[in-house]
Amino acid sequence: MLQQIEGSAAVAQAVATCRPQVIAAYPITPQTHIVEGLGDMVRRGEVGNCEFLNVESEFGAMSVCIGSSAAGARTYTATSSQGMLFMMEAVYNASGMGLPIVMTVGNRAIGPPINIWNDWSDSMAARDAAWIQLFVENNQQAADVHVQAFRLAEAVSLPVMVCMDGFILTHAYTRVDVPEQADVDRFLPAFEPRQVLDPAAPITMGAMVGPEAFAEVRFLAHYKQLEALDLIPAHAAEFGQIFGRDSGGLLKSFAAEDKDTVVVTMGSVVGTLKSVLAEMRADGNSIGLLSIRSYRPFPKQQLCDALAGAKRVVVFEKSLAVGMGGILAADVRMALANLSIPVYSVIGGLGGRPITSVNLRRMLDKGVADELEEPHFHDLDVDVVHRELERLRDIQRPGPSAESILRDVAGAHGATGKSA
Amino acid sequence: MSRTPDSQQRVKFYQTGTFTVGNRLLDDAQRTVQASVERANSLDSGHRACQGCGEALGARYVVDAALRAADDKLVAANATGCLEVFTTPYPESAWRLPWIHSLFGNAPAVGAGIAAGLRARGIDDVRVLAQGGDGGTTDIGMGCLSGMFDRNDDVFYVCYNNQAYMNTGVQRSSQTPPAARTATTTVAGSEPGNELGTGKSVPLIAMAHGIPYVATASVHDLHDLELKVARAMEFHGARYLEVFVPCPLGWGSKPADTIKVARLATQSGMFPLFEAEYGEITATTKIRTRSPVDEYLKLQRRFAHVFQPGNEHQLEALRQVAERNIRRFDLVADTEDSA
Repeated sequence: MLQQIEGSAAVAQAVATCRPQVIAAYPITPQTHIVEGLGDMVRRGEVGNCEFLNVESEFGAMSVCIGSSAAGARTYTATSSQGMLFMMEAVYNASGMGLPIVMTVGNRAIGPPINIWNDWSDSMAARDAAWIQLFVENNQQAADVHVQAFRLAEAVSLPVMVCMDGFILTHAYTRVDVPEQADVDRFLPAFEPRQVLDPAAPITMGAMVGPEAFAEVRFLAHYKQLEALDLIPAHAAEFGQIFGRDSGGLLKSFAAEDKDTVVVTMGSVVGTLKSVLAEMRADGNSIGLLSIRSYRPFPKQQLCDALAGAKRVVVFEKSLAVGMGGILAADVRMALANLSIPVYSVIGGLGGRPITSVNLRRMLDKGVADELEEPHFHDLDVDVVHRELERLRDIQRPGPSAESILRDVAGAHGATGKSA
Repeated sequence: MSRTPDSQQRVKFYQTGTFTVGNRLLDDAQRTVQASVERANSLDSGHRACQGCGEALGARYVVDAALRAADDKLVAANATGCLEVFTTPYPESAWRLPWIHSLFGNAPAVGAGIAAGLRARGIDDVRVLAQGGDGGTTDIGMGCLSGMFDRNDDVFYVCYNNQAYMNTGVQRSSQTPPAARTATTTVAGSEPGNELGTGKSVPLIAMAHGIPYVATASVHDLHDLELKVARAMEFHGARYLEVFVPCPLGWGSKPADTIKVARLATQSGMFPLFEAEYGEITATTKIRTRSPVDEYLKLQRRFAHVFQPGNEHQLEALRQVAERNIRRFDLVADTEDSA
């Protein structure tokens, strides 16, 4: 049903139609509205036979999910940022045990400096945790992809993160056609666990594995993700037939075919980029956009095919591997390793820094002219950075940069004072 | 067979001069059976526990008693630790019940998740046991444990307390007694062994949550252990049992002395046995013949240094632990005049 609705509420309603049986809830901004919404629906009896647990931490949340999923219940939770880090040991455990848990990540920066706003640091921190990671561009996809996520998780026995930009999507009121129960029931069969803790057929889960079999276990996790490369588009196609919408899939081209320059990105910035690139095309530029919707598994071959004709690629991402550069850019470069296409790495939107049409256009004008340095920090306040670097040169043990930069940005001088 | 509340009538043990418990003097129904075709043997032979392992013995009796109480419909969540490692070296498993190991510090939450999952699936006759050592329970698992207690999740949690991190090579835990030597509280410097004035009582912390049932038990009294497990299984909601399990390797005691060491811990007042319901103590096991603390300590190399000149204050501190327990839990039988 079409609604003007907050992204979190749309996700909560979509998850409810998936008939979850256990939900673990722990508050962390910006995902909190999702579990609040689900808790309310469970209390009102709108989610069927569902257990909603207010747990004591994110580590507890994921651990409850591990137990309930192993007991054969369809299981859901949500987290963000520091919460993801706090549950990380259990995040790896859930995937290692092949438990099809679905978790929303309301993508948020990781501190310090503590910051509640959007970037992808949390999802990227779990990049190698063997979870499937699906990124969504808008709240319609956020709602839809959760339905697909349960189907996928249970099909391959791997947990799935649905990654949606914090605040930009979680808190945005937009028009969403929230999936109808009858349609979801057609698309998503009841959960039939591959293995379950059942006294009638006792099994041991989580045994200790030594060098003789560990590599094989890891290989099979990788293999299952590669299987998902086939299932994700198949599920998206089936979803499209039932719901009449394009949601999910591995990647999506927005006029990327036969373009000299292709911008590659993920998540909500796709919306802004689409309008910027339309404007640039109208100005005579040959430029298109490719949105990666499945980050793990990473669609290397599909990406390579889609970019084979490009003269340059600009990867825009809200994540940074400190000491190395762009994380998504590194993956794109690996996918294009056999093609000699220059790939520019652009890192922006960190900690919720606004990404605007104006600053994107400025950056992309440099991009199409091959003038971007490696890596390019989008919309960086170069003056602030230079002043801090100058200060660092004069002091041997300067302490944390965050405080002096804040002082500088706030204009309370002393930041450039040598006596600091 | 599930025990009815009638069976909660406390059994009085008859002890002989050699401290053996008079199993044969009990009713058939109340005897502890070591070997029987009817016994679940849920922790099967062939596991890799050390000789004289108190935890293996305790776990075997706990799980079997819980299985009996649950009519064999029991699922177990296990914390990382000795019990996990010595029972499940892939591809072998010593467990004959559905069993899951997840992480070191999350067994209470995994148990809570299993209970929630079963409830959501409409399965109301399968019970949940969660278990771990003292490190996994009272240190790294404390947050999850307290959360499980707070929510009153339908989980019976059993902590096998051997007073240090044995699986990683005997490091100090919050359950390590004063002055005890571990690999991280070595016998070095002016205050050898574990610092005095540290540690915590998790049974008392559990009671502060007001959960239905809390108890302590020890492997030297398996009747009592089984009765407490059976009692715990009569309740729904969060329940906590702490079992005293000597570790010959970590404590420097003889494997053959495990039961003796455990008995002396109770008889000296070092490990009080009690039960509590909804935050109130309902029963304590009285000490009939009080043993000197020194006798308990002398069987363990981890305390050898407290008998060295210059460490008298450490020995005194350990004696005071027993004194305090005896006062606090009123452990000495009325018929006997203590100190």
